[in-house]
Amino acid sequence: MTYAVAPEQAQKWLDLELKGAFPDPRGRFGPFGGRYVPETLVPALDRLEEGVRRYLHAPDFQAEFLHELATWAGRPTALTHARELSRLWGADVWLKREDLAHTGAHKINNAMGQALLAKRLGAKRIVAETGAGQHGVASAAACARLGLPCIVYMGAVDTERQAPNVGRMKLLGAEVVPVTSGDQTLRAAIDEALRDWVSDPMGTYYLLGSAVGPHPYPYLVRELQSVIGREAREQMIASAGGLPDVAVACVGGGSNAIGMFHPFIRDTGVALLGVEAGGRGPGLGDNSATLSFGSPGVLQGSYTMLLQDANGQVQETHSVSAGLDYSGVGPEHALLMTSGRVRYEQATDDEALDALSQCCHAEGILPAIETAHAFAGARRWALHNPGSRILICCSGRGDKDMPTLQKTLLKGKL
Amino acid sequence: MNPSDSIVAAIREANGAGRPALVAFLTAGFPGKEDFPVQLEAIGGAADVVEIGVPFSDPMADGMTIQRSSRVALGQGVSLSWIIETLRAMPRRPRAPLLLMSYLNPLLAYGLDRLPADARAAGVSGFIVPDLPFEESAELRTALEAEGLALVQMVTPVTPPERLATLCEAARGFVYAVTMTGTTGKQVDVPPDVLGYMDRVRAASPAPVCAGFGIRTREQVARMTGHVDGVVVGSALVEVLERGEDPAAFLRALRGD
Repeated sequence: MTYAVAPEQAQKWLDLELKGAFPDPRGRFGPFGGRYVPETLVPALDRLEEGVRRYLHAPDFQAEFLHELATWAGRPTALTHARELSRLWGADVWLKREDLAHTGAHKINNAMGQALLAKRLGAKRIVAETGAGQHGVASAAACARLGLPCIVYMGAVDTERQAPNVGRMKLLGAEVVPVTSGDQTLRAAIDEALRDWVSDPMGTYYLLGSAVGPHPYPYLVRELQSVIGREAREQMIASAGGLPDVAVACVGGGSNAIGMFHPFIRDTGVALLGVEAGGRGPGLGDNSATLSFGSPGVLQGSYTMLLQDANGQVQETHSVSAGLDYSGVGPEHALLMTSGRVRYEQATDDEALDALSQCCHAEGILPAIETAHAFAGARRWALHNPGSRILICCSGRGDKDMPTLQKTLLKGKL
Repeated sequence: MNPSDSIVAAIREANGAGRPALVAFLTAGFPGKEDFPVQLEAIGGAADVVEIGVPFSDPMADGMTIQRSSRVALGQGVSLSWIIETLRAMPRRPRAPLLLMSYLNPLLAYGLDRLPADARAAGVSGFIVPDLPFEESAELRTALEAEGLALVQMVTPVTPPERLATLCEAARGFVYAVTMTGTTGKQVDVPPDVLGYMDRVRAASPAPVCAGFGIRTREQVARMTGHVDGVVVGSALVEVLERGEDPAAFLRALRGD
């Protein structure tokens, strides 16, 4: 069951996407996106949209943002030639090293950008949700840097499997609230952060961590994360001898992927490959491969692809990686799939863990389990496209995954 | 009378008797799926308007009570289709107009092409959709209006004046004035600024204005009398049902009978 539209419609949306027409003034990416929130949040989103319009591309805001990224967050991140993976896969493999960014993942780009915006909007406190904990840690760090109080909602299942990140958030001064409602993972954490925001829509800023949610978040997060693709594009031209044949990124909500893909959208010779979490397999509830197995619907503010049943109830998901364990996906990814510009595949839990292990041995890099899905997808691409030049978004490092890795790859080996 | 007007008439009838209308909410199929028709009869006999909650997996505007009731109902297989079928099969439906309160996604999954006619055939007079702001509502609004069904519009204490006017003009059935910024179920005081806000909504609204979120006691209802056309009681009533108490007795006590 893969969602598709008539070829002429897909082409029309593709043309508009290539022209940069999305999101449109109503916050839509073709049919996807929009703003489906309780009335209480409408004035807060209006104010955020106005703030984004006024500050995001203003020279003084950009100067401060880029200064923080350069002197505090460690940008630009390196582009690494993966020599041994290249040999093993029969390809030319390059890694955009977001794992080297401060706090260990691409999440810091968005967290610092939005925290700066929140400060300009006069926010008194910040709330954030987190799945793997990477966005929570990034938010806690950015808020500490800017002197803003930070409350992080995290599903109780995730506080356990990502325990090291809970401690990091607390050290960075954030309050971590375990969420025991709903599915107790990322989706429940977003619901709870939204409930908090509804209670104080004017004083609180919701620092959403992925390219999901109501307009303008998918746009805002894309703009802040596009630094990944912009740097990578220049670095590929300078170091790899040209643009890649394919750029690969893992997709949960899809923030590292949209950040990597967006600057390559108009380079139509560059294939784009998003890799979702295939979990244990294709059955409902066994994976979180929303684009591969989902259907359109409304969740958490946005019309997008969802894993849902026939009654419109959103389904619980499974993935070995907390950061991909989400039943929705950013609305722009739904459009990019429908228009055919980006190809989306899945990697199973086992394929991801195997790719993680291979990357450790071959390159001396421990990627996050989320990121390992991108490696698994890239390896499969290389198999079918020998000799191609592959750019992988190495979105985060895997130190936070030690509790899971000890129960899987290291089981019986310690 | 079309279904939408029957809601207004029921509220005005209560107002004619010198009291705010009582709008009662229950989550369909909570605590037990089989309880629903009996509860509906009891509540429909004591309230002026009944909101039937369609359970949803992600009730982001709701507090703990309705999150819990939704989860239990979903666990027993309650769905929008089941609710509509059950209503259609009831030999005698309550006199009080019925509204369905549902997040948008279950409505989309049911299909906006067949929902309005099926709902009307099941005796439903209107809808409340807490995650559908006015700007996104044109498609559903048009579909419902074709069957004479109401789409209730919510307003809140942070709604700016111009927007308040637009929303009140668009509302059918009644305007749902949320008493506070927050989720359902917390008890609210009724300080003078809440009454002032209700007065402002009423001045802007051609449709009746019902206050909801956090209404639990007779004292709150008495304080609001004269400032609203109706009050919505939700979480407190769901808790009464959860404890197995008599919902009609609770509603009569709220009314001051």
